[in-house]
Amino acid sequence: MTTTFEINGRKVTIKAPDDSPLLWAIRDEVGLTGSKFGCGIGACGACTVHLNGEAVRSCVTPVNAAAGAKVTTIEGLDPKGAHPLQVAWIKAQAPQCGYCQSGQIMQAAALLKTTPNPTDAQINDAMNGNLCRCMAYVRIKQAIKLAAGSQGSRA
Amino acid sequence: MNAVPIPSPTATTRRGFMITVAAAGAMMGLAAPVGAEAAEGFEPTIWYRIGRDGTVTVNVIRAEMGQHVGTAIARIVADELEADWSKVKIDHVDSAAKWGLMVTGGSWSVWQSYPLMSQAGAAGRITLIEEGAKLLGVDPKACTARDSMVSGGGKSISYGDIVARGNMGRTFTADELGKLPIKPASERRLIGKASTQLDIPAKVNGTALYGLDAKVPGMVFARPKIPPTRNQSKVVSIDDSAAKAVPGYISSLALEDASNTVPGWVMVFADSFVAANNACDLVNVNWTSGETAKTSEADLQKRSAELIADPKAGSLVVEDPGVDAAFAAAKSKLERTYTTASALHFQMEPVNALAFERDGVMEIHTGNQWQSLALPWLSKALGRPEDKIVLKSYMLGGGFGRRLNGDYAVPAALAAKAIGKPVKMVCTRADDTLFDSFRSPSVQVVKMAFGEGGKVTAMDHAAAAGWPTQVMAPFFMPKGANDVAYDPFAISGANHWYSVGAQRVRAVPNDLANIAFRPGWLRSVGPGWTNWAVESFMDEAALVAGKDPLAFRLAMLDGAGRNAGSAPNAVGGAKRQAAVLARLAKKAGWGQPLPKNTGLGLATTFGQERDMPTWVACAARVNVDPATGAVKVEKLTLVVDAGTIVSPDGALAQMEGAALWGMSLALFEGTQFADGQVQDTNLDSYTPLRMADVPEIEVEFIESTEAPVGLGEPATTVVGPAIGNAIFHASGARVRHLPIRPDAVLAALNTRT
Repeated sequence: MTTTFEINGRKVTIKAPDDSPLLWAIRDEVGLTGSKFGCGIGACGACTVHLNGEAVRSCVTPVNAAAGAKVTTIEGLDPKGAHPLQVAWIKAQAPQCGYCQSGQIMQAAALLKTTPNPTDAQINDAMNGNLCRCMAYVRIKQAIKLAAGSQGSRA
Repeated sequence: MNAVPIPSPTATTRRGFMITVAAAGAMMGLAAPVGAEAAEGFEPTIWYRIGRDGTVTVNVIRAEMGQHVGTAIARIVADELEADWSKVKIDHVDSAAKWGLMVTGGSWSVWQSYPLMSQAGAAGRITLIEEGAKLLGVDPKACTARDSMVSGGGKSISYGDIVARGNMGRTFTADELGKLPIKPASERRLIGKASTQLDIPAKVNGTALYGLDAKVPGMVFARPKIPPTRNQSKVVSIDDSAAKAVPGYISSLALEDASNTVPGWVMVFADSFVAANNACDLVNVNWTSGETAKTSEADLQKRSAELIADPKAGSLVVEDPGVDAAFAAAKSKLERTYTTASALHFQMEPVNALAFERDGVMEIHTGNQWQSLALPWLSKALGRPEDKIVLKSYMLGGGFGRRLNGDYAVPAALAAKAIGKPVKMVCTRADDTLFDSFRSPSVQVVKMAFGEGGKVTAMDHAAAAGWPTQVMAPFFMPKGANDVAYDPFAISGANHWYSVGAQRVRAVPNDLANIAFRPGWLRSVGPGWTNWAVESFMDEAALVAGKDPLAFRLAMLDGAGRNAGSAPNAVGGAKRQAAVLARLAKKAGWGQPLPKNTGLGLATTFGQERDMPTWVACAARVNVDPATGAVKVEKLTLVVDAGTIVSPDGALAQMEGAALWGMSLALFEGTQFADGQVQDTNLDSYTPLRMADVPEIEVEFIESTEAPVGLGEPATTVVGPAIGNAIFHASGARVRHLPIRPDAVLAALNTRT
């Protein structure tokens, strides 16, 4: 009763029960702690990772849903940690406590993949499920726009 | 009057004393002879070290919880030290007696650190110039220091080379250190200049380590069973028969806690968090609960109202002569009651701690804001001296005052001691919330007496709530005019800077709240709710006096008498608050016509404490839907005078976040105490502000070279009353309870006169 998937380009086999949350498998078995535990009910977004390219809440995703899939976490978003969003996040000096920021960035990365130049309303729609308790929202939005701009100019 | 004591570096309060101890520690560090430590570098005070490669490592005793405090403190040191900023690093140190008082709260960090860190930097610079001059063979008077180089006589030498080659044994007495001159503002090279925050890069790539991320080989996981009441619960029996079916489940244990920090706690152990979590749900504990098992929010508020009605209850924080006479002689009077509901910290990282013994020391790995408060509890609980316990520092996944109360460290440490293994305790979100030391609900009654022409002749403000400081840190409580101790953090704000004639401020502890839960310090603490009353009332009083709310306030911010202010922290007094308010009114367009159902509301406060006032004002522009009572905040404009701004972008970030906190507490948060617990335990029903709710925000800082004060909280104090006042101006509906719900606005609309 193990689950095998690829995480950040590396194949891993998880021993946790099938219905165990993906988040804890990533944190405690794989040892990647950038994805955070916030609410446990998929309502804060701190645990957001990509499952086959789509943003999911790993705290409510059973580990067997990842079987054979590709999982990407904040640690694997960019090999050098220099994804346009990460660069923009630093430029905007977005994080305060930082706890939610891995999830915010992963959510934003999924948004920009489908919507490279999002409007304010599209950003709000995509990001409203990600709570930032420091309420650094002004800068998070600013950073997403910065990153969208830089991607646009590269294209 | 009896000033609220604050931890001024010059104050003779207990906090002042403890900071003096810290300063003495710095002196001792200076006196340390060149020895083993110096072999690794130059450590002119305990506050930083310069390596032979020139790296300056600043020891930061403040917790990093989003305020980028390490960067701000390091820039204060580096400015006086004349260090090259690119060579400066920060180290968030673990607890140790040598640091003196370790606390991160009250918006104190920059304010408290500024004189000490500046002088520590100056001590290093002076020593480096002396030694550098010797090595260069020039007169030290001909030498200057800049960018980690000492230059003179056409030659120069780097700090790193001086440290490697010089004799760094210069010592300073405490007196000498205290007298070291600080550079004039015109010579500042880092303070007030743009910089990026040193903690941010690790927060965008997943490498920043929070308490939740701490691990050690061989640790077992634990999740607590939270008892039915915060106090007085006792375990009768534990039935774990169902939990035994969970793979990885180990055992359940009722904690014996001599410190009485976590009475009635049961820890459920397993070999993973998931197993501990699942098993915990299946463990049944039979408790005898405390006397507050049926206590409700209404009970708490009823008790506050009863206590306020008794004029003998509580502490007289301000008691001018002639208050009763002024009310008796008044031409007219106004009395209003304001209330606020229980409010949760809801910091995103649920409380957790990893505890284990190593080399005879109990190590507790967790994010914490007040190590000096938690250590005595841990000492009592564990039965070991404080010097055999260490709190290891981590990033905090939000503080907001929750982690000032380090109660969560105790059960992890007790569990590690009991089972003789490293224990990683992780609370679920619901556990964290049920265990929260949340902001007490409050009741306030405010009265004003008016004489001829609407002149204000007296004011009487009574406030009742659970008192965090009484429950957790009673040694911090000063005495009022009637010799009764009070929680300064549960009344500050009511002792405002308006000249109102004869003034009385009475702080009343809610004894029922103090046992029903553990009242907590929540971002901006007392001023976060006392100003809901003060600033809502000022608008109501202006109406009675027939005056414009802006002019009414400005006339009372006259800087007379005790409101004149004093050096070093409150130079200018109420006149500075008036200047901030006047600037805000202009910036926000006060008095200009607005669309239908739209209103502008003002509020101004002195931030956190009279002895370190941060002058702040907010204008909220809101739209009220008369059909539903729904309130939409369109814009928040804020003006602030916090003296010298050390880190401008960090200061702006704190203003933005704190303002949105104020808005969230005013409109989106609030819970209810019922049957001895808070009712909202997760985001399905507790609904802090989200991105789509963010209004336009404009913030302006008044340029100043006065003493730097605090910025983490003040903006939180003004937004709620500004919104309440704006609702009135938009619709005529006066709301007097936080949070403001649409049905309350509708009810007020239907009863407006």
